[in-house]
Amino acid sequence: MKKIILGSAALALTASMAFAGSHSVVRLGTEGAYPPYNFINDAGEVDGFERELGDELCTRAGLTCEWVTNEWDSIIPNLVAGNYDVIIAGMSITDERDEVIDFTANYSQPDPSAYLALDGADVDFDGGVIAAQAGTIQAAQIASSGATLVEFATPDETVAAVRSGEADAVLADKAYLLPIAEENADVAIVGEDVLIGGGIGMGIRESDTELRDKFTAAIESMKEDGTLNALIVKWLPGSATF
Amino acid sequence: MACYLTTGKHMGLYWSFGTVLLLLAITAPAALAFGFGGASAARSKIAPLRWFGKGYIAIVRGVPDIAFFLFFVLALDIFFEWVRHEIKCPDWDQEIWQGNDFVVCDIAKLPMNNAPQWVHESYGFLLAVLTFAIVFGAFAANVLYGAMRAVPHNQLETAEAYGMSRRQVYWRILVPQMWVFALPGLSNLWLVLIKATPLLFLLGVEDIVYWARELGGAKTPRFTDYPHGDWRMWYFLGLLIFYLAFTRVSEIVLDRVMRKLTHGQATLAGEAQRKAA
Amino acid sequence: MSCWETIADYSLRSIGIGERALPREGFTLCQQFTLIGSGMIWNVYFGVLALSAGFFLATAVALGKASNNVVIRKASAWFIFLFRGSPLFIQFFFAYFLFLSLKPVSPIFDPFTSAWLGALIVLFLNTAAYSGEIFYGALQSVPRGDIEAADAYGMTGWTRFRRVTWPTMLRLAWPAYTNEAIFLFHATTLVYFSGFPAWQQKGDALYYANFFADKTFNPFIPYPILAFYFILLTLVIISLFGLINRHLNRHLPEETRARIKLKLNVIR
Repeated sequence: MKKIILGSAALALTASMAFAGSHSVVRLGTEGAYPPYNFINDAGEVDGFERELGDELCTRAGLTCEWVTNEWDSIIPNLVAGNYDVIIAGMSITDERDEVIDFTANYSQPDPSAYLALDGADVDFDGGVIAAQAGTIQAAQIASSGATLVEFATPDETVAAVRSGEADAVLADKAYLLPIAEENADVAIVGEDVLIGGGIGMGIRESDTELRDKFTAAIESMKEDGTLNALIVKWLPGSATF
Repeated sequence: MACYLTTGKHMGLYWSFGTVLLLLAITAPAALAFGFGGASAARSKIAPLRWFGKGYIAIVRGVPDIAFFLFFVLALDIFFEWVRHEIKCPDWDQEIWQGNDFVVCDIAKLPMNNAPQWVHESYGFLLAVLTFAIVFGAFAANVLYGAMRAVPHNQLETAEAYGMSRRQVYWRILVPQMWVFALPGLSNLWLVLIKATPLLFLLGVEDIVYWARELGGAKTPRFTDYPHGDWRMWYFLGLLIFYLAFTRVSEIVLDRVMRKLTHGQATLAGEAQRKAA
Repeated sequence: MSCWETIADYSLRSIGIGERALPREGFTLCQQFTLIGSGMIWNVYFGVLALSAGFFLATAVALGKASNNVVIRKASAWFIFLFRGSPLFIQFFFAYFLFLSLKPVSPIFDPFTSAWLGALIVLFLNTAAYSGEIFYGALQSVPRGDIEAADAYGMTGWTRFRRVTWPTMLRLAWPAYTNEAIFLFHATTLVYFSGFPAWQQKGDALYYANFFADKTFNPFIPYPILAFYFILLTLVIISLFGLINRHLNRHLPEETRARIKLKLNVIR
């Protein structure tokens, strides 16, 4: 026990020697498991739409940023507890989340969700078995429809469940499903797109209005000069632009 | 193939084996210390201390470790920051809890916001060690408590007859003698501890399960140079072999230690050794 | 909505009886207590069934490991090593994959991918391996005198085992076995956490605790509630097993009983 206390004391010491100052480094928290929004590339670094977007936003806002990954399940509690300053993890703006944290302006249009099923399958969307990642807006959506919801911990498992026949279809962000459908002959996007949520934004602590305004301003400036649209076209083909 | 196995991500996986081993190496003595403290407290003559010791053992043993891991790290983190806040920023005039937000003054942040990433990671690692130590300390306390009571009473009485004080009896007789009784329980605990490490990813440490999942998941060619299907099966198979091998090695080592410890002891096994010699 | 209504609506939610939709707002303490308690049904279900079925397999495995037949001995030893040596987390994962790949073979395997059967089998095998090792240890320490006495009475084979060896083995193994039972009940929380999916939001206590933590973004209420339930459950297990222990040791004089308990505390 003593050892540990000593250890953290030493850490604390090194930490306090670094110069202080509000948000000299802004920590961006992401999940790192949701391509194309955010994922870990071959080099083991965060990559994807949000990586590029986040870096650009930080440059525009004049902030030094650092990327961290966190489990999706505890991504909001850790933000609120101050372990990082921003969530940038494909998080849709919803009323429930908005009660607990603040969102910047949305940086993608309300993104359609879509169903992915085995190619040629006839899926009953209101009475069949639909898979979703636990704790997503899609899971909540299925739970309130008539369909049977099967929840998995990771997005990977939801797709695996469809392939194995465990679930008839999976409901997830279209941008996530599209590359999977394109590159695998056995699965395809089926049915109509579903619109849930109010677009994706960065999640920021409610007390951190200054940071929120900075990022919102940066997002607006990217919207105006078209760089955001270029990013969307690059990473999220098929998604609506601004 | 060789390229695939040496991508940055795979390096992350290999590193994480080290992380797990390091965690075990630090946690084991730490948990033992917690256990020793808990067991001593539970045997204490001072009632509140005794209640505390017994309560600690009972409560932590009663709760599934996973439930602890899910909120304990966050709680510890908030607690540490709160303590530092109280010490470092006495004239802070704002609320600490602003709605849902937990806000402390900048210099109380642990680690500091602008500290390099490795500091954050080692801090997270330390919190994980501490959580593991608290949880497994309770189990160790239970084992040590039993072991202290299993030391033959006449040995303690003999020591007293030689004029040793309570303190001396405790440190010179009870503590050295209890290990032989505690070892079977402790080695079991060590095996349980090894097998609890796949839950590390819950504590925010990027451990082998995290990387195995990440690497094994199906990859589409758009985002990687090495697309593949769902390979989690193979990565988890690797983990399985790692754990089995680790368990086996531990068993062999613990067996040796046990044989050393029982040497010359007044137990059945010690008796058998004496006869064999 | 009053708390009683909540209890009426949700107390059996985990097995699909009552209100279909989970609460969407408010998330009162009452709701959290009710739903997490409802999830405990599954934890108890998994724990009780796996433990009672595992008990018999464990006895068989313990005897197998002590057997003179090399094949049986090796097989039992490997079974124990495989399940004791690997994390339950990984066992669940593999079992789910295995059952999934068996599914196309025959419709018989359909229910295996659901937690109620698939996870139960894993827990059953797991506890059989752990208890098997405990029983084996106890079997090794059955006093020779007991067996010799049985021989003297002319008992052989099955009778001797049933009336002398087995009860003594149980008596010796009981404290460690109690610990194993506690661990097993705790392990049931892993079922929906790794591998096995939750259908129609029917899950165990941890699943609902997770649900609330996710909805309220506050882990500090649901998880302590979960902890509270498990402490209760652990107390129940300890007292039940204590009763059985008293029964097993009923023939011993008061003093020896206490001493045996002390000594055995250290086996695990």
